[in-house]
Amino acid sequence: MVEHTINATQAVVTLDVALPGIIWGWMITLNMWAKSIGTGVVFVAAYLLYRHKKDAMPNLRWAMPVISFVALNVFLLFTLVDLHQPYRMVNIFLHPHWTSAITVGAWMASLFTLLITILMVIGLADQFTEYFKRGCRVAPVKSLMSFAGSNSGTYEKIFPFVVFLAIPVTAYTAIIMAESSARELWQAPTEVMQMIWAALMAGSAALILVSGSWSQEARKDLALILSIAVFFSFAMYMGEYFFSFKSSEAEATLAYVHAGGAYNVEFWFGMALGFIAPFFLATSTMKNDNVTLLRFAAILALVGLYLAKDVWLKIPQMLPLS
Amino acid sequence: MKLGFLVDLNLCMGCKGCEIACKVENDVPLSSWRLRVKYIDIGTFPDTSRSFTPLRCNHCENAPCERICPVSALHYLENGIVNVDSHRCIGCAGCMMACPYGAIYMDPETNTADKCTYCAHRIESGMMPACVVVCPVEANIFGDVEDDHSHISQYIMAHQGGVQVRKPEKHTDPKHYYVGGGTYTLDPLAHQRLEGHNLFTNITHLEHNGDPNHGVLDRFLAPFTSHGTHDNKSFMNFDNTHEQEGGH
Ligand code: SF4
Ligand code: SF4
Repeated sequence: MVEHTINATQAVVTLDVALPGIIWGWMITLNMWAKSIGTGVVFVAAYLLYRHKKDAMPNLRWAMPVISFVALNVFLLFTLVDLHQPYRMVNIFLHPHWTSAITVGAWMASLFTLLITILMVIGLADQFTEYFKRGCRVAPVKSLMSFAGSNSGTYEKIFPFVVFLAIPVTAYTAIIMAESSARELWQAPTEVMQMIWAALMAGSAALILVSGSWSQEARKDLALILSIAVFFSFAMYMGEYFFSFKSSEAEATLAYVHAGGAYNVEFWFGMALGFIAPFFLATSTMKNDNVTLLRFAAILALVGLYLAKDVWLKIPQMLPLS
Repeated sequence: MKLGFLVDLNLCMGCKGCEIACKVENDVPLSSWRLRVKYIDIGTFPDTSRSFTPLRCNHCENAPCERICPVSALHYLENGIVNVDSHRCIGCAGCMMACPYGAIYMDPETNTADKCTYCAHRIESGMMPACVVVCPVEANIFGDVEDDHSHISQYIMAHQGGVQVRKPEKHTDPKHYYVGGGTYTLDPLAHQRLEGHNLFTNITHLEHNGDPNHGVLDRFLAPFTSHGTHDNKSFMNFDNTHEQEGGH
């Protein structure tokens, strides 16, 4: 009885300093989201090239590296802009600390972007040969493109290496999260798989947007990859949200979503919009090849993925650490 | 040599002398703290007690902040101190994600990470950390935990069974010990942080990390421009009336 009348166990902070709020905010969400597209298109393209003839996807050879290049540059830009001392980014290359996944990731992502740039230049040179020969008036671009065109075979030689490198470039963010000992929610083994599913989801969604001229079979494969990726990613989010074994810190973190409020709305909105809806839309297009509907599913998946990542990034930062 | 701290919470009376001494010694800007003393009230009026817990960097032997720092701005010294080189720091805030004790802040004047260094500069010239010198009840005990005859080692041995560290489950191996602490004082999840329950202030979250007067563009322009009219040292510019959560 006494425990109800005298709350001897109640403890309240009565004097303390203000704690930091959300430190890694929307720029890091955007950074992770863009990286998922940048590496995801490479995985999905590799699978499609293995399964189908090149003629079935006429623009894939140049569109894939162009999408990846743009996404990777968004990723690199926001990585840089988020630094409080952006010019000192160079220290990662001058004074690398190899136990840090941030260092290893920055080196790998830079190499990956370089290789993607080569693929893009060759892809564009081969696709728009006539333009670069006659239409283009900028001399350095002209000579670069003619050089790239004459080394067209390099594309196929480095592509397997790019696919291989895309795996650690996708996964290293999960290792940064695992190294973030103050945010236990991120330290789950599921995080690596979530990164890979996110890449497949974003990669297939991005390619769907440029697949208008592709064969029905190739597009069907894209719809299938998108459906599988959103299904498993959703299942993992649900597992983590409801059932998994959780430390007290992870439990307290999830309370920010469980308890309702803005993060609850954002999370469930993201789940419904980016995972549940695209699953049904994408599977339904597999039979009738409705391109518009599939594109709609792809856009929803990209928006939903951003929202889910945003919630997962921010909520652990709300927790008081000391 | 492995330098360590021990705070006897039975002695601490919450005067905040150490907090001020640290601020003065290390020129810690407004809205930032290397060492703070937290008050926690336990129980329900009139059956209440108040505890005081000084909190600083633990100088972990297995420090996650050192591991994640991409440029080794955070590094170990030979005496066990986890030091920070603010001239090398790129301001990625990785260390703020890694330190399980929230011991690191983004300095609003330099826009780089900073934290308690156990006053490494004083140790180098044979002095004690400023907070140790100032404590009127000698609740802060500092010394070499590898030397069996040091005051801190003797204190640990004399209080066997009653010596604790914060969050031992994180395997950080802190070199900062507490005597007289309990779950309520050492575990931040065991007490509530309620808006409006603070004695002198109702801020629970900082509005900014790093320089509040420097937006993203300013960070790029910083080397070419002066600091402008804003100065974080000015009390007139410090607005402590905000209640919402911190932003980016
Ligand atoms: S308490 Fe935090 S800042 Fe200090 S050494 Fe440990 S992890 Fe690093
Ligand atoms: S903010 Fe500075 S000290 Fe902290 S991890 Fe990044 S570079 Fe290292």
